[in-house]
Amino acid sequence: MIWEFDLIILIFLVITAIISLQVRDLLSAAMIFGIYSFLMCLLWAEMAAVDVAFTEAAVGAGVSTVFLIATVFRTSRRSSD
Amino acid sequence: MKILGLISICITGWLLLSAVSDFPEWGDPHSPANSYQVSQHYITKTFAETSVPNMVTAVLADYRGYDTMFETVVIFTAGIAIIGILRRYDSSSNTINKPESFTEKPKEDLIIRTNCRLLIPIIQIFALYVIAHGHLSPGGGFQGGVIFGASFILLSLAHDLKTVQKKLPEGRILTLAGTGILIYAGFGFATIVLGNNFLDYSILSKIMLGTPIEARSHSMLGVEIGVAFTVAAIMFSIYSNLVSGGKMKEGL
Repeated sequence: MIWEFDLIILIFLVITAIISLQVRDLLSAAMIFGIYSFLMCLLWAEMAAVDVAFTEAAVGAGVSTVFLIATVFRTSRRSSD
Repeated sequence: MKILGLISICITGWLLLSAVSDFPEWGDPHSPANSYQVSQHYITKTFAETSVPNMVTAVLADYRGYDTMFETVVIFTAGIAIIGILRRYDSSSNTINKPESFTEKPKEDLIIRTNCRLLIPIIQIFALYVIAHGHLSPGGGFQGGVIFGASFILLSLAHDLKTVQKKLPEGRILTLAGTGILIYAGFGFATIVLGNNFLDYSILSKIMLGTPIEARSHSMLGVEIGVAFTVAAIMFSIYSNLVSGGKMKEGL
């Protein structure tokens, strides 16, 4: 485990998590959540849990982002709160 | 109300952070999870017992096969629940209003269609590779199934939902999803019929022509194929229900 690499990923992880909660446009929130999943995937891969990283990349960053965008397409794009 | 939420988040976060110091070091061989005899057994004996190099798949599909079978059932149930909630068969009523932010859909784009035509076969072959090599390298039925389902999602994004439904009607999707669980459970019942415990694959060597150790490896592949069927079908089913508001006619 390389701590510099770790630190960069974790900082971006926190940033993307906060932004995806704060942003009003739900489509951007879904996209940023995809980035969050991809950073998680990098973190798993870096911790040598390649199977988990693979699942995170396929399910978290790939399909669930598509599901969220599909839901945004059918409901409303603006967050109400 | 927001301040109350902030205070509760701060307290919970402080509790979680104060518990971090009690965790064992990352990769510590003497941590409870690594030194317990069950994990020692998996680490040292997996290859000798199952001839599967990927320990994770061996634990998922063989040692804890019962668990993975019901994980697949969970995915199937989630897909059925989404169909139950969203699917609507009457075409006349339009209760779900179209949001104003998405304007009328543009004409089908030549560049996107050509790209998808090139990409989808590669994605599907990669998905099959991931499924088939699940017991040799990282991957397996879940990941490969999701990638395979994603290739159909890409096809419906590039063209539209109707194009995919010509090739893969709704009934066929659900049949495939059920078939996956049936394959998995079939392996379990075959082991019972031959006289072993449920999902104890070694007895299948009587059918599969090989040693019991090889039978475990081959059965893991068969089980992964079953998982992949269910996951791929349910992923596309969830997507098509979400994107068309349950009407399965239009969509992104």
